Amino acid sequence: MVDSNLVMFDDEFRRIEEELQRLYQQTNAKVLFLVDKNGQLIASAGDTHNIDTTSLASLTAGNIAATGGIARLLGEKEFTVLFHEGDKDNIHISVISQRVILVVIFDQRSSLGLVRLRVKKASEALSRIFDEIARKAEKQEVKFGESPFAEISEEDIDNLFR
Amino acid sequence: MSFINYSSREINCKIVYYGPGLCGKTTNLQYIYRRTNPEQKGKLISLATESERTLFFDFLPLALGDLKGFRIRFHLYTVPGQVFYAASRKLILKGVDGVVFVGDSQIERMEANIESLDDLKINLAEQGYELEKLSFTVQYNKRDLPNIAPVAEMNSILNGRNIPYFEAVAVTGAGVFETLKSVAKQVLFELKKNY
Repeated sequence: MVDSNLVMFDDEFRRIEEELQRLYQQTNAKVLFLVDKNGQLIASAGDTHNIDTTSLASLTAGNIAATGGIARLLGEKEFTVLFHEGDKDNIHISVISQRVILVVIFDQRSSLGLVRLRVKKASEALSRIFDEIARKAEKQEVKFGESPFAEISEEDIDNLFR
Repeated sequence: MSFINYSSREINCKIVYYGPGLCGKTTNLQYIYRRTNPEQKGKLISLATESERTLFFDFLPLALGDLKGFRIRFHLYTVPGQVFYAASRKLILKGVDGVVFVGDSQIERMEANIESLDDLKINLAEQGYELEKLSFTVQYNKRDLPNIAPVAEMNSILNGRNIPYFEAVAVTGAGVFETLKSVAKQVLFELKKNY
């Protein structure tokens, strides 16, 4: 089955941001990211100024995809948690609802145990939000009143490349 | 699979450059990177071997501009072309919105082109896609070399559907943006059908 497009609306986006903000405070992390499995950055919390978030999102998704490939070769469905330890910073990556990836970057002010514990809780909340988004999309409850595509022309697209 | 964010007013789409080893996929991305304004592009990431062969993928995020108040972003990926990286190629196709097939025009690479196109179809099918239903553009690269196949012949071999095709010399940039524009247009019009 082909994945449907991910459509995000204000309401869900706000709830996701709130959830990330809460997790950010609870874990004492440096930065948090939520990334689509295809490599698109969905939301973030913390100080992202010095980080190339787009590249990070794409590489994280590549990382999860590669690990998922290894898992299937071994007869596992998926490895849901990855952890990379650095000299100063560590990175905790987990898959939520088989669809999105939560990335937590933290240093010595936090700990792996704390991150794991809090991520587990937040995952449940985030999972519920993404289930709702999927349900909405399935029922096509959402109205595309302000569709950006409604009246696009060849010329509009040509202009993008000027 | 596009990501349409009504909250931040952004649309993100994924385009994958596919083709046999050394056909010029990475060269396409490098040219696009060089010729794009700094504010429109992110870093060009290449996960390559020491001999600069693509190991996993290249990645280039492009912000094209606004369309009806929405910021349009394209994420361009290449796959590793060498045959034995099949498992990695499959992963990169996940969530793809549009594919560019870069064919190598040299006569001796025709078999590699055919093999790569078959591989593309198989890998897409495994993800539940059909090439026939996907935004798709073909590029015949390396037109500046002496030992190349005529376009008509390449079309009959690689372009059964008679979809848009472009002759290119990726090292000099000829045909590179035309190819990108063609696939981007198809992706956006596909989105228009659904939203």
